[in-house]
Amino acid sequence: MDILKSVPFAVGLLLSAPAFAQNIAIIKFPELQKRLARPTDTTYVVNFWATWCAPCVKELPNFEQLRVANAGKKVKVLLVSLDYASQLDKKVTPFVKQRGLKSEVVLLNEPDPNEWIDKVDGKWSGALPFTLIFNNKTKQRASFERELSVAELTTALKKFQ
Amino acid sequence: MKKTLPLLALCFVLLSSFMLRPLAEGYKVGDKATDFKLKNIDGKMVSLADNKAAKGYIVVFTCNTCPFAKAYESRIIELNTKYAPLGYPVVAINPNDPAVAPGDSYAAMQSKKYAFPYLVDESQQVAKTFGATRTPHLFVLSKKGSDFVVSYIGAIDDNSEDAKLAKTKYVENAMTEILAGKPATTKETKAIGCGIKWKRA
Repeated sequence: MDILKSVPFAVGLLLSAPAFAQNIAIIKFPELQKRLARPTDTTYVVNFWATWCAPCVKELPNFEQLRVANAGKKVKVLLVSLDYASQLDKKVTPFVKQRGLKSEVVLLNEPDPNEWIDKVDGKWSGALPFTLIFNNKTKQRASFERELSVAELTTALKKFQ
Repeated sequence: MKKTLPLLALCFVLLSSFMLRPLAEGYKVGDKATDFKLKNIDGKMVSLADNKAAKGYIVVFTCNTCPFAKAYESRIIELNTKYAPLGYPVVAINPNDPAVAPGDSYAAMQSKKYAFPYLVDESQQVAKTFGATRTPHLFVLSKKGSDFVVSYIGAIDDNSEDAKLAKTKYVENAMTEILAGKPATTKETKAIGCGIKWKRA
């Protein structure tokens, strides 16, 4: 009887226990800018995406693959969500958990993109997805205002190594 | 010493021209827009030259499927309500490839009942000529003689999530100046949007 009673509890516990749940930080632009300007020899692969952007969602596993393939190297994948901050608990956190994204995810909470898009990259018109690869030590930089395949990402990253 | 000043001036001019040069293809403010002929959802072909009364147009690349385009849909309708009587009607153009975004097929576009044309850019050539990259992406054209000159490019306002929280209404500010015969102070803005669903090569 006790066992039967505890079944729903155990199931509930299993469902609520996250296999991996990262805390997604909500950041403002100056904080992102600081991270983009860090004077390290790590190559950053920064992808701007949103849960509502179908090509972004399709492309995300490619960044995960890139991260795994470059584990142990000085490569950092950062996924910057442009979802509304009001959607963090409702959409972004469950999405990141469900997809098992292990690359760091941050949510950029700035209502007016006209204020900051140019500061990320003058060539970016604002369309998603957008990917920036840079190394501040070697001062190399590449940007892509389109969806990238694993092969394209790998080729792009190779130029930094 | 005398030679350094012109040299410095030259450097400045070169540097500023480099910085001001738009990096993407397509129109920049001041360019003449080439007229187009695109099919409206009612089956009729539409060109800029058709509407003889127009003093200009608010051309907006938009679609059925993009959440940002949806968020701005009512604001686009309001722009037409406000500016069509002043001679600047809205012309909406859907550039998305329905093979990539099925919700943007010509049939799906029929669900929209706008008071302005909703055109299909099947070859995506008009979007490319304009330099549109995302939805929504807006271009204000002003009639100068028989030409249509690009007078503003960019965003509608500074808050996609909530129109009531928008602090700067970029296109309305530009329209106020354009209607007064002045160039827009803020003539180009950027916004987040869905990348246009280009045909796969």
